[in-house]
Amino acid sequence: MKLNELTITEAAEGLKKKKFTAVELTRACLDLIKKRNQEINAFITVSEKSALEEAKAADKLLAAGNGKALTGIPFAVKDAICTKDIRSTGSAKILDNYVPPFDATVIKKIRDLGGVLIGKNNCDAFGHGASNENSMYGPVKNPHDTSKVAGGSSGGSAAAVADNQCIFAIAEDTGGSIRQPASFCGVVGLRPSYGRNSRYGIMPMASSLDTVGPITKTVADLAIVMEAIAGRDDRDATTVPDSVPIYTKALEESLKGVKVGVPKEYYEIAGMDPEVKAATEKQIEKLKKLGAKIVDVSLPHTKYAIAVYYIIVPSEDSSNLGRLDGVRYGVRSKPSPRGRGTEGEGSSQGALYDLYAKSRATGFPEEVKRRILIGTYALSAGYYDAYYKKTQQVRTLIKQDFDKVFNPPSGGVDVLITPTSPFPAFTIGEKANDPIAMYLADVMVSPAAVAGMPALSVPAGVTKSGLPIGIQIIGARLKEAKVLNVGYQLETNN
Amino acid sequence: MSITIAEVKKIAELARIELTPAEEKRHAETISAVLDYMKILNEVDTKGVEPTFQVTGLVNVFRKDEVEPCVITKEIIAQMPQTEGDELVVPEVFED
Repeated sequence: MKLNELTITEAAEGLKKKKFTAVELTRACLDLIKKRNQEINAFITVSEKSALEEAKAADKLLAAGNGKALTGIPFAVKDAICTKDIRSTGSAKILDNYVPPFDATVIKKIRDLGGVLIGKNNCDAFGHGASNENSMYGPVKNPHDTSKVAGGSSGGSAAAVADNQCIFAIAEDTGGSIRQPASFCGVVGLRPSYGRNSRYGIMPMASSLDTVGPITKTVADLAIVMEAIAGRDDRDATTVPDSVPIYTKALEESLKGVKVGVPKEYYEIAGMDPEVKAATEKQIEKLKKLGAKIVDVSLPHTKYAIAVYYIIVPSEDSSNLGRLDGVRYGVRSKPSPRGRGTEGEGSSQGALYDLYAKSRATGFPEEVKRRILIGTYALSAGYYDAYYKKTQQVRTLIKQDFDKVFNPPSGGVDVLITPTSPFPAFTIGEKANDPIAMYLADVMVSPAAVAGMPALSVPAGVTKSGLPIGIQIIGARLKEAKVLNVGYQLETNN
Repeated sequence: MSITIAEVKKIAELARIELTPAEEKRHAETISAVLDYMKILNEVDTKGVEPTFQVTGLVNVFRKDEVEPCVITKEIIAQMPQTEGDELVVPEVFED
């Protein structure tokens, strides 16, 4: 086995036993990136020089017996997450030259443990998309079939992990951006509960939904990374003070008597691929064999989640992305000599208007512009009640659906099981010009996001044509340990 | 169409994004389709339902209002697109 193919658990073991060095492990990843990036396009920036320096430092720590869980382990980071001294574009040209002077909190935590940051993963620009085709640095190709999308928005992270170009990755999930690409690429991905992990240093998209989590090769690896990054952060006031469980300990727990809900609405979704349905049913059978109790449940507002999601996201987007205007950082377009003024504004105001409007015109891809426009419209006077407020009311009903199945007085289910996506990876270009079709790709992943629940995608076999299928395990708020426990048992009992 | 090209022009101006005529037309079409899809929400009776703006239940998270030294001033200034000394340059806003 090549070093870059190892899991975190295996790599940490090998480093500890001095079978190889962190430098060798890092080189193995960097060599594969060099060979494969032209085709897969999972990386926008490769930080070879600093990665090798970090690996050398990790080797010193390991030699002195001071290695920790992630010391010397090469990892990649979604480009919409800020990394100190490493270019972070968010996959949009408006930040083509942006080099953050700080690390996002979750990245700092991993680097402080001796993790080796090898580069920045391609994604849909600022997380806007479900196929990675909205990147201004080109689409990411699925390593299992390069005519297919890797999924999105964290397509580069999922593809890099699946292709063994890194040992694990840190990505961001607003409405499915970790889980859906993880399922398309055949790897493990967790959207943590909203508030579990700090978002400080994450380029914000929809602040009331954004989360940051790991993409890994195994569930056990995912538990290790979550232990390293979870917890309250003074720099993100939405992080919760609840203590972080020892996730790795929960993995081995027996599933005897664990109640698994099967929400019928997810299985009634039009256009579900029969192979995906069969794969999910097989996992449900496996859970039964492992002693879990399967319960039919109903989440009646499921079908409204996409509409809710695609009002909240553009609305919050249009506000959050206002900061990207070419003034203080990023790429500034030159205003025309006589700027196009808005009515009533003088010519010099026109020049400033022009600077904003041109920087944003050239710096954002079409989908980002579309979302800003939808959000600006939905929040404008006269439409706020009809769109944003109405949406947040339906959001309450979606959240109540989950509360009713997880926390009824009579005792609720421990987890819910659904497919992660109604279909496996689709062909590049297939949905590119149809925003509604693309939005509907999130149908299975957006409800948990809207309600703030943790949800894991775990590989559940492949289709006849060899494309990975993922199943989703949704937990109650802050019950990541149970979600990982169920995922681990499914993964390790074949 | 739910939204006209004139409305797209107006919101693009509010959002400070310059659009080409072809983009204006495309956005009017696709945004109309999106807004039409959103009509599904009108099926839901939300009378008396409180809106959910956040899911953590946290209320009033305070921290001490203390001044911390900024140790990365140079790096921040280095990111600015146009500077004179340590100052950011922007086009004139006021007329003479």
